[in-house]
Formats: sequence, C-alpha cells, structure tokens
Amino acid sequence: MEPKTPVVQMRNITKTFGSVVANEGVWLDIYKGEILALLGENGSGKTTLMNMLSGIYFPDEGQIFINGEEVVIRSPKDAFDHGIGMIHQHFKLVDVLTAAENIVLGLKEPGRLDLAAVSKRIRALCDAYGFDVDPDQKIYDMSVSQKQTVEIIKVLYRGADILILDEPTAVLTPQETEKLFTVLRNMRDDGKAIVIITHKMNEVEALSDRVAVLRHGHFIGDMPTAETDAHEMTNMLVGHPVELSIERPDPVDPKPRIEVKNLTVRSIDGILKLEDVSFTANSGEILGIAGISGSGQKELLEAIAGLQPVESGSICYVNDAGQREELLGKDPLSIAELGVALSFVPEDRLGMGLVGNMDISANMMLRSFRRGKSLFLNRKAPQKLAEQVVSELEVSTPGVTTPVRRLSGGNVQKVLVGREIASAPTVLLTAYAVRGLDINSSYTIYDLINKQKMNGVAVIYVGEDLDVLLELSDRILVLCGGKVSGIVEGRGVKKRDVGMMMTRLGGASEDE
Amino acid sequence: MFDFVSFIPRAVVQGIPLLYGSTGETLTEKSGNLNLGIPGVMYVGGISGVIGAFLYEQSCGSPANMNGFLAVGIPLCASLFGSLLMGLLYCLLTVTLRANQNVTGLALTTFGVGFGNFFGGSLIKLTGSEVPSITLSATSAYFSRSLPFAGKLGWFGKIFLSYGFLAYLAIFLALISAYVLRRTRTGLHLRAVGENPNTADAAGINVNRYKYRATCLGSMIAGLGGLYYVMDYACGIWSNDAFGDRGWLAIALVIFTVWRPNVSIFASILFGGLYILYLFIPTGMNLAVKELYKMLPYLVTLVVLVITSMRNKRENQPPAALGLAYFREER
Amino acid sequence: MNNHNGPLFHISKRKNLLWYQAWAIRGAAILLALIVCAAVTTLLTGENPLSVYATIFRGAFGTTRKVWILLQNMSILLCISLAVTPAFRMRFWNIGAEGQVLVGSLATAACMICLGDKLPNWALILTMIACSILAGAIWGLIPAFFKAKWNTNETLFTLMMNYVATQLVAYFVIIWEVPKGAGKIGIINQNSMAGWLPQIGGQKYLLNVLVVAVVTVLVYIYLNYTKHGYEISVVGESERTARYVGIKVGRVILRTMALSGALCGLAGLLLVGGTDHTVTTTIAGGRGFTAVMVSWLAKFDPLVMIFTTFLLVFLDRGAGEISTVFGFNQSFADILTGIILFFIIGSEFFIRYKLSFRKKANKEE
Repeated sequence: MEPKTPVVQMRNITKTFGSVVANEGVWLDIYKGEILALLGENGSGKTTLMNMLSGIYFPDEGQIFINGEEVVIRSPKDAFDHGIGMIHQHFKLVDVLTAAENIVLGLKEPGRLDLAAVSKRIRALCDAYGFDVDPDQKIYDMSVSQKQTVEIIKVLYRGADILILDEPTAVLTPQETEKLFTVLRNMRDDGKAIVIITHKMNEVEALSDRVAVLRHGHFIGDMPTAETDAHEMTNMLVGHPVELSIERPDPVDPKPRIEVKNLTVRSIDGILKLEDVSFTANSGEILGIAGISGSGQKELLEAIAGLQPVESGSICYVNDAGQREELLGKDPLSIAELGVALSFVPEDRLGMGLVGNMDISANMMLRSFRRGKSLFLNRKAPQKLAEQVVSELEVSTPGVTTPVRRLSGGNVQKVLVGREIASAPTVLLTAYAVRGLDINSSYTIYDLINKQKMNGVAVIYVGEDLDVLLELSDRILVLCGGKVSGIVEGRGVKKRDVGMMMTRLGGASEDE
Repeated sequence: MFDFVSFIPRAVVQGIPLLYGSTGETLTEKSGNLNLGIPGVMYVGGISGVIGAFLYEQSCGSPANMNGFLAVGIPLCASLFGSLLMGLLYCLLTVTLRANQNVTGLALTTFGVGFGNFFGGSLIKLTGSEVPSITLSATSAYFSRSLPFAGKLGWFGKIFLSYGFLAYLAIFLALISAYVLRRTRTGLHLRAVGENPNTADAAGINVNRYKYRATCLGSMIAGLGGLYYVMDYACGIWSNDAFGDRGWLAIALVIFTVWRPNVSIFASILFGGLYILYLFIPTGMNLAVKELYKMLPYLVTLVVLVITSMRNKRENQPPAALGLAYFREER
Repeated sequence: MNNHNGPLFHISKRKNLLWYQAWAIRGAAILLALIVCAAVTTLLTGENPLSVYATIFRGAFGTTRKVWILLQNMSILLCISLAVTPAFRMRFWNIGAEGQVLVGSLATAACMICLGDKLPNWALILTMIACSILAGAIWGLIPAFFKAKWNTNETLFTLMMNYVATQLVAYFVIIWEVPKGAGKIGIINQNSMAGWLPQIGGQKYLLNVLVVAVVTVLVYIYLNYTKHGYEISVVGESERTARYVGIKVGRVILRTMALSGALCGLAGLLLVGGTDHTVTTTIAGGRGFTAVMVSWLAKFDPLVMIFTTFLLVFLDRGAGEISTVFGFNQSFADILTGIILFFIIGSEFFIRYKLSFRKKANKEE
C-alpha cells in the first residue's frame, strides 16, 4: 500500500485548564479512508484534544495542519469550513427545536429559511444511509439513539469529511451499536476520515483500522489495529500491566432484604417508566441491574430511596428479625426514621449526591446534620468523618475545606461513596458508580462495594459496562423498556445473552 | 352601557408603550438575557427624545420654523441612541464581563430612572417653568398627527385610525419580530442561543454577537416606548416619574404572552385597558375603590403566571438559558 | 474582547484568589468609580473634584444630625437587605421586598389608627410588632407557596406583589386620609403619640440602629451556624440534593420566605412606628430593589453587608448634598449610585477570571 498523506496533522498541541494540564505536546495524524480509534482512560485528554480540532477549545500552544496547510481553528464554524464535524458525547441539540431546525442550525445558506426543503434533503440522506428519523419531530420527544442519529445527520448535512465521534456507543444497545458501526464503515469506504473516541477495547478491535493512545494528556503511540491486541493496548493505556479481573467473593448468608412487587412508575408527563417490576434483593449479595440507559434504572433506585412517586406496587424492607416495613409512599426522611439504614450513591454526583460549592466536611453532614435536638449544627463530627474518608480512601485533595467541585471525578465519587458507607447501611444502592472514573479509581470503588457485600449489605448495582456487571454481580436483573426481561445468575451467564435480554422487549420502548 | 368607542382608543394608547417594552424585552430574553433594566431603558429612551426635541425647538425659536422631518427625526434618533447605549452597557457587563443579570438589570433601572429624572429636572429648571414639567407641544404635534380622514369615519376611525405613527410602528415591529423569531434563520439562531448557548456555539453561531445584537435592538425598541409615551400619549409633556411602573408591566407582559410578540399586540392593549379601567367604572364618590381597580393588571399577570406554571407546557417555558452567562471554556 | 478572537486573548477561570486580593480588586473598582463620579459631577457643576468629595463627605457626616440620618438610612436598608438574604442564599430571587415592607408599614399604621385609643401603649406596640411581622411574612409566603407547589417564577411573582401592595396602601391612604381629600394620612396620633416606638436616650433613631444591629448578628448566626441555615444553603445549591437527603424543599422555601417577609415587615414597623409615624405608597422608597444589590455585592454575607450598605447610603447622602448645593434634584444620587454599581459589578469579572495574552507557538508562558 502506498504511503498516505495525513488529512489532519496536529503538532505539539498543549492545553491547560487552570493548573490542570489536559494535553501536552501531542502529535497526531488522521488519514482519509481510515477509522482511527483514539484510546485513553477518562481524563487522559482525548476529548479535549478533539475539541481543539472541532473549535470548542483553542490550544495554548501547537499547530494544526489540514491537507498540509497550517490552519487556525478558532470556532466550530472554522472547523466546519475545514470539513471537520464532531459528534459530542453530550448531544449538542436544542430540545425545543425540531430535528430539521437543529440540523440547519448555524448554517449560512443563501436565501430564506425553507424548512420544507431542508426536511426533503434530510429524508434523502436518511434513505441513503438507512437512518430512521422524522425531521419534524421535536428533540425532547426523541430517544437517545434517535438524537445521536440527528447529530450524525447534522455533520453529514454539512458535508463534513472528517468525522469525530466521542464515545458514541455509551448510550446504545449492542444492536444499535452494530448498526452504527456499519454506517461508519460505509463512510470510511466513502473516503471519509473517522475518529472514534472510546475506552472499550472490543470496539477498537471490531471497528478501527488504527489506534492511537493517550495517557495523562500525552501521546503514547499509535499502530495499526491488526498488529496489536487488547493486552498490549491496555498496557499502553494504563502505563503498567493491570489485572483485568474483578473479585467476586461468594454471597454471605443471603436473606431477603428488599422485596419489590409489581412496581409501576409513571413520569410526570405520564410516560410509563417502570411496569410491573418484581424482584428480591438479598443481604450479602450484589444484585446487578443491566439495561440500556433510560430503561427505568434511575426510577427504580429512586423509588426504593423514596424519591420517586409510585403509581402502584409495593417495596418492602425486611430486617434481620424478619419484620417487614413498607417503604412505599415514604420520603427519605421517614424511611430513615423507620430505622432503615439505606444508602444511595446516585448517578448525578454533584447534582444530587453532593453539593459542589460546599467543602468536604460540609458534604459529610448532608445525611446526618439533623441529629440531635439542638438548633445549631455540629461541625466537629462531620469534619472528623471527612478526614477519615480522605485518608482511608486516599482522596487526593488539598484538605477537607476544599469545595468538592474542585476535586476530580474519581475523588468526588470517593467522597460520596465514603459518606454513604459511613452510615453503616444495610442496603446500598449505586447508580453508575464508576462512570467517568479511571481504572484505578474504578477498582477502588469495586473493592468498597465488595467489602459492603461481605458485611452483609444488600447491594443493588446499576451499571452500564456489561463486562463489569458480569464480573461483579451475584445476580443480574435485566431491565428493558421499564419491564424486567429476566433475572440471571452472574456466574456463567453469556454477555451476548444479557445483551439480547436488554432489547428483547423491544416493542416496549415504542410505547413512549 | 360601557363606552367602548372611547375606552378602546385609550386602552390602545396606554398599551403601546407596553407593547414596545415587551417586544424589546422578548427579543432580549430570546437571547438568554433577562434585562430587568428595561424600565430604566424606557426612561432613557424617553428623556433622550425629550432632550433632542428640546434642543431642536430651542434652536428653531418658534414652531413655525420647524421642519416636520427634523422634528420627528431628531428626537427619534436621540431616543434610539440613548437606549442603544443602555443596551450596550448591559451587554458589556453581562455578556463580556459575565455579571449577574438580575443585579445588573436592577442597577441599570436605578441609573436609567435617575438619569431620566435628573435631566428632566435640569431641563425644567432651564425653562424656568412654574409647574414641574416640560412641554414640547410643537414636537408632539408632529408625533401624534393621525391620518387626516380618521375623524370622518366615525367609530371606525376612532378605534383604528386615530393614533400617531409610532403606534402603528409598534404593531409593525411586533409582527416583524414574531415573524423573524419563528420563520427566519436569524430567529432560529437567536432561539438556539437563548435555549442552549453551548449547542449554538458548537454549531458555529457567534453567541456573544447574537446576545449583543438582540439585547441592543431590544433596548432600542423598548426605548421607543418611552418616546411614544412622552411625545404622543403625554402630548409632549415630560414630568418626572410620570412614566411610572410601565417598564415592569412590560416585563410582566413578556411572560403573559409566553414570549410571543404577536400575542403581545392584543395583550398590551388588554393591559392598557386594565390600567385605565378604573376611569370607566362608575364608583361614585368612593375614590378609594379606584385604587383597588388599579391592581387589576398586576393581579391578572399573577393569575396568568400561576396558570402557565401549573400547566407546565414545554412550549410555554422561558428560554432555558435565560439569566445565565455563557463562557465557552467552562469546565 | 471575547475569546472568539482567539489568539490574542485568553480568558480562564481563576484558581483560588485570596480574600484580600479579591477585596483589593473591589476596592480599586470603587476608587475608579469615585473618580468617574467626581469627573461627572465636575462636568456638570464646574466645581473642582476635591471639593466635590468634600461636599459628598459633608453631606454624609457634616453634622451630628446628618450622621444620625446616615445611620437611620443605613439601618433600614440593612434590615431589608438582611431580609432578602436568606431567600437569595436559597436562590429564590425575591425582588418583592418593597411590597413586603409596604404591607408591614400598612399593618403597623392600621394598628396605630384603629387601636390607638383602645389599648394601653405597651399592648399597642406589641400588637404592632406582631401584626407588621405577620403581614410581611404572609406577603412573602404567597409567592413561596406557588413556587413550592408549581415552581412559579418567583422573580416576576414578587415583582407583581409590589404593585399589589402599593395599590393596597393607596386604598387605605384614601380611607384614612386626614383631612378628607388631602390624599395623605399625616402624622398618626400626633398628640397622644400612641404606638410610637420609645426613644432611647432621647435619640430618635437609636432604637432602629440597635434593633437592626441585633438582627444582623442573629441573621449571621442563623445562616451560618444553624441547621435551618444549612438547609437553606443546600436547597440553594441543588434542590435535588436537598430532596435526596430528605430535606423537605417546599417547607424550607415557605419557612425562609416567611422569614424574609417577616424581616421586611419589621423594617416597615421601624419606619412607621419608629421614625415616620405615617404611611405613604413610597415609604419603602425603592429600598427593596437597592437591598438586592446590597446583598449581592456583599456575596450574601450579613457582616459584609454593613459595609456595602454604608457605601450606598453614604453615596446617596453625599449626592443628595451635591444636589442641594448645586440645585439639582435628588435623582443625581441615583446616577452616581448607578455608576458605582456598574464598576463593582464589572470588577467581579476580574475576580473570577484571569486574562492572559497568548504567545504564539513558543514554549512556556
């Protein structure tokens, strides 16, 4: 094969945010007709690097060449002008506008805005690639995968020939992922340059032609995918060889702790979020919850925690003596007053679990500040707890008086989990406990969860990474469109089977 | 029977300043800027026009020497310029310097009302007038001139044709704004900026430029409301604090109309009517009750506010990024 | 100016700025604003800038009486600012202090007029205290109720409530006007002095100053050291977090707004019972809005608010003096206040962000 010339050359790119160095002296080449996988742990600077290519950030130092010529990309518009389009992890769509309006947003086509003509062109694109989107539908009525499709059409509509996708599969089912990959391969064969940011090895292997690895903001190296394997890539990724397996001790004396029966939940808009869900969570056991995002995981945990109004059903807490308490219709405060030690690590750490602008010790007393009859706060005990959590979980922070929002994602999570565990719970609910965390922090969290299990806590673990769920959970409950599509033993079950169960009741999601 | 023929024209002239204010504020809010400085802007728009007219009348000596084009043009330009500066000041602080919009707006209102009353007071002193007001009846005559045949058409002429050109301009601007917002590329981009500046930015829209332009244009339109009030409604008589709380009512109207300038045409006339309803309801000697009737526009706004919040419809919500400063490298 | 022009400027968030650095920036802004104010005044009066400052200073501190007026104005403004602060900490944008003060004043006046000759003075004063605080609290509770129940926009609700209160006062002013047709109430109980709050040490304003001093300390303690204060902060930062830890958000909103309104009612009591002994529709005099700025400038810290209150009242009194000396109207003070506010508001940018110039393609900065 003749040596290709790179369509994009990034040279010596450096970007800092305050004192945090996101990228330092990075070199990267992107070729036409090739899918490049940009691999790196969370916080390794992959997204920042690509954001500089798409004009969201401006590099502090370094040069970018497109087709051999140096360019200055100051804004996303400049990026479009050079044929670069990025599909962000958090969709850049305006909810109250229609798909067509979102797609033409920012375009400076001559003449007046003719949305009918736009819709027609979009339909033509849809037919060409097999997308399924109604141009006149409002974004807030769409599913996640539809929104992603809109994003991709948006980039294609602009005639981009360099496409960047930031973790596109995180929100998709295995089937949707496969469909996406097919489309991407078609585009590559069309001669487009495609960059996919990911940290999933199997996707790298399945899709990419070349892989480039970033670590701590530095470029580590690149190579053709065919000449490497998951093991080598992992080594490059983390810098030293790691054990990939997660411990799974046997359940400790499992007894029913939480019994959920025929639970049905509707959102405020009247959409069915959970339908007739029944299961039992045992003490000393990890119950994993699998499902594509938005299948009702959030509603399920929040219903148990007393944060979600429930239409019908029952949630019973069974204590060690076998007495049952109905939790339904009670708020978190009254649940705590029943003597139910329930801890909840929510998905949205800074928006729900913690207060970003408060320091670590003030966050420690969120749960406990009401104790005692005094009108005044007791600040000593939470400060002690904060110091204890910081030292035991190795939270890297200047001190316990540092506002939580200044900490990195992993440290924020440690503070949150530390607080929730400190109250000696009998039930621990966790939602996406390792999302956004690097491998080391993730393992710290797995260890903490396993320790709780060994202490006889009933753990309900909602996860998005199937591999982790399969290795960590004793049993796995699979949700699909708000219904339970099965409960399987964690040991020995096949990943493919769980993936199939996640979509088995495919019709249910169309009810919305 | 209730005298609609005399009630409606009075409601309309009451409503026009509100219509200007609410159209301006709607454009501003669509860009994500909540400008609580609109009352101040309207004062500045009014007084700038007064200053322009005053200087022109003084330079002409007698009304006979005045040129109709200049008599309208000078106050109009002065007013637009004054409110443009207010809009620029607001943008400088909230967009470029990313200051808190509520506080900036309130400070702008303090400043604008003070500015209006200060220069109003100074002009009044200059004229050595006995009463605490300044009269520009010659200029006002040009502003309030209605179609010559309006008087001949009976009730129809009175209700539809009896107003000065600024009243029709207000309706025209409201219709244009509604059209631009709903049907054009610029309007689409502006809505995107107010809903989700991050997305707009990523789509290559210059967020700050849109915010500046919408807010400054909005200020200029709102300022015309002040000008209309003095030159047409008040027959060219400026007296301090006479404009009152109309600026706040204009902001209330924006919500009342769920961010739709075309709805605002009727809503502002309705508000104008409520504002003067007490004059048309016979209460006999009981003057106190009239004060209670003056509550009506505020009470109605409260009711609408509560009802829209109860219904909670997606289309009727304020622009999602209203009140928030935008900074791209936020992290 | 903005970062669209990429390579020249670079704006980034500052790391920790030490508190004295932040205050140095604010101080510089105030200084700059004072220079601009003097320049504007000089332009309009032809007076030399130094004597402008002297006039401002004389206006604020010139005589003992002026010092007392300064203190009185400060105490009322501070009281209203303290009132709105708990709500602001909760991110409840209460710009209805004006109306809450008005109904507090109205309730006080109502007690004085209707019960002035029926109750012994001590009982009358107790009734006045109770009624004014209750009236303010109710006026604050109404928007809070709709906010808690349907998330109704509180900024607009409280704004509208101001005008409802104004008309309510206007109504009663006509009902109680003395003499009939005067359009105002006049001094209430001028002869019996029933319901007039007692004077301490013969000083008309001392009681107000002392009451507000105590309130300042109490609000400071309430916000920073009590469980209620902590709940307010949590709700303000994130309602979802508050729900998650079992704080009843609706109840906190209602409680805090009742407190906000009650303190405004207290300000109304001090105004009517303590100093004015009458009620008009303009008795609050725009302080409800100024208080928003006082509170925000002080970053919602009650102790810093003493200083920001002083700054604004000092300027107001000083500009008032300039107006008198040079024959302007009182609105001149609003212009100067506006200028100072613009500078302080603008200076916050330089506290939160750092401007740096980009060096092209070279190594380190």
